Amino acid sequence: MGTGDLALQYLLSGITKGSIYAVVAIGFNLIYSATGVLNLAQGEFIMLGGMVAVTLAHYVPLPVAVAGAVLVVTLVGCLLEWSLFRRLPNHSVLHLIIVTIGVSIVIQEASLHIWDEKVRSLPYFTGNEVSSIHLLGAAISPQVLWVLGTITVAVVALHGFLKYTLTGRAMRACSANPEAAMLAGINIRNMRTLSFGLSAGLGALAGCVISPITMTHYEMGAPLAIKGFAAAILGGLGNPMGAVAGGLLVGVLEAVSVSRMPAAYNDVAAFVVLLLVLFVRPHGIFGLPSGQAVREH
Amino acid sequence: MKRLSTGIWADKGGIRSSVEDEGGTIAGRLRGLVPVIGFAMAVPLLHLVLRVAGTEYCLTQLTMAAYYAIVVTGLGLLMGYAGQVSLGHGAFFALGGYTTAVLTTHDFSKWKAATGWLQEAHIMVARQDLYGNQLVTVTPWAAFFAAMAVAMIAGCLIGYPALRLRGHYLAMATLGFGLIVAKLLVGSNLTGAADGLNGVPEWILMPGLVVSGKVPVRVQNYYLACGLLLVVLVLLRNTVQSRVGRALKSIHDGEKAANSMGINTAAYKLKVFLLSAALAAAAGVFFTHYTAGIGPSEAGALKSLRYVALAAAGGMSNLWGVAIVSLALNYFSLRGWFGTYDNAVFGALLILIISLAPAGPLQPAAAWLRRRGWWRNAQSSHHGTP
Repeated sequence: MGTGDLALQYLLSGITKGSIYAVVAIGFNLIYSATGVLNLAQGEFIMLGGMVAVTLAHYVPLPVAVAGAVLVVTLVGCLLEWSLFRRLPNHSVLHLIIVTIGVSIVIQEASLHIWDEKVRSLPYFTGNEVSSIHLLGAAISPQVLWVLGTITVAVVALHGFLKYTLTGRAMRACSANPEAAMLAGINIRNMRTLSFGLSAGLGALAGCVISPITMTHYEMGAPLAIKGFAAAILGGLGNPMGAVAGGLLVGVLEAVSVSRMPAAYNDVAAFVVLLLVLFVRPHGIFGLPSGQAVREH
Repeated sequence: MKRLSTGIWADKGGIRSSVEDEGGTIAGRLRGLVPVIGFAMAVPLLHLVLRVAGTEYCLTQLTMAAYYAIVVTGLGLLMGYAGQVSLGHGAFFALGGYTTAVLTTHDFSKWKAATGWLQEAHIMVARQDLYGNQLVTVTPWAAFFAAMAVAMIAGCLIGYPALRLRGHYLAMATLGFGLIVAKLLVGSNLTGAADGLNGVPEWILMPGLVVSGKVPVRVQNYYLACGLLLVVLVLLRNTVQSRVGRALKSIHDGEKAANSMGINTAAYKLKVFLLSAALAAAAGVFFTHYTAGIGPSEAGALKSLRYVALAAAGGMSNLWGVAIVSLALNYFSLRGWFGTYDNAVFGALLILIISLAPAGPLQPAAAWLRRRGWWRNAQSSHHGTP
């Protein structure tokens, strides 16, 4: 394999990982836009999605298992908002963020006790571990195409939902101006529940498609949440398409640094770039300065 | 959900008007001493109880929890008064600990030219390690100052640019800094890679006072750690009630207004950031000598998140509450009270405390005591739930 092919290989693996970070970042943005809260339990939705799907796959065909996992995790997300965040209307945003840290720890520990500390994975959707497709000289697993395809479809569908449906528009109205949205007859509290459900479901879907490649483990949530947070910040909070760009950027940076530096330092490059970007553009690459942003940061 | 004007990570409602309450009258000053005296009495009392119960070995975990509490209290000052968040304080703790550990365990005897006069200046010392090998290492006192210098340089490097960031962006920048430090520590052989460093010698602060985890000095180390925590609390309380504290309060209430009144808000924020970073690094140095080693998990993002969570659960600007909550929760974790459910209990307690008592558990406790007429305290009546 030549240098160019190798570079393409790393780029593809970066994009695959980056697409997962992008999903986490979009999840952050959905909840952030609706509530102002940074949901640090976002990574746990991905883990839960994978775990539930692996369990369901023992009993039902794979597509049903994936759909079931997405449904279950969506319900978990809604339930979280309904049972916890809806009950704390007078709490400051910081306190709610700390609550999400607590939620993330509890979900993680609960999964450790429900399942165990073993690494699991779903079967490959098509083919198996060794099957590969040759694309422009790089060999990729068909699962990579599944990941990229599913996430692209999901992101486009989400974009369409937010832009063209009445409910989606109502959600955007809530994030732009909650008081005005309330006056227009939009039930803000339900929209917040919906935002938790959507980002949980999206995370679960990503957790299912990535499971054959990266495996599912009860501790996988926190690192994903951190990378997704980095992606959301890099793209500018409150900007879903920025989140996609940020996620891909973090993924590619990570892949490049893995190829160029000792493995122990694999995240250093991504975070150094992140810090430099923040110091030059304090509101992310695609974010607006605080005076013009939809929601104050 | 309440929208905040200056920063999401700021604890707007929690700031107390203690400056006016306590600073002025003699009665106010005396009232301010109540927690100090209470803490100073609780420490020997707890020792007595443990001694009577025959569980004096618990002092070891209490000592460690006290060092962690110093980090969390410093973070409480930063979050509760300067309205800034840091998800990188685990890194400062680790920088302090690792600098000390490297300097006091690395053998410098190869540098023949330099070690001679350094030994004469009492910066280096020839000693034996656990296996009887002859080493020339830096003395703990010199290593302490070096560790503080390293932490301050790192604090300036990250703090100066980062404190221009707001809210979640600042959180991310400090988190990124912490992750970079953690990765560098794990990746470097000098710092023992994934194993961390051990065999850190004891630190003789003065004749008769040794920072060490050995059983004969367990009691004095308990009093030393609690004493340090008390000194830090008094120091921070005085800071809060000084000119600096009033400046911080004005930053909290309206940064632009404070700026236009001639308060250099950026400089104050940096100073508080450096102060809390220094406290974290100092706690790291003591902790490392006490446990005779340090591992990379101390620098991890989860540790930093835990510090922030503890500071928030304690009530942030309520520094006494922060110290007590952090002492208690860390102690339970270190003792392993809840076994395999330890993390789950920590998470659940976090959710419970924040949901039920967002200003920290001390506020409702004081309110309850006041209702029963057992305690009159002007501070708590000024406090509204955020």
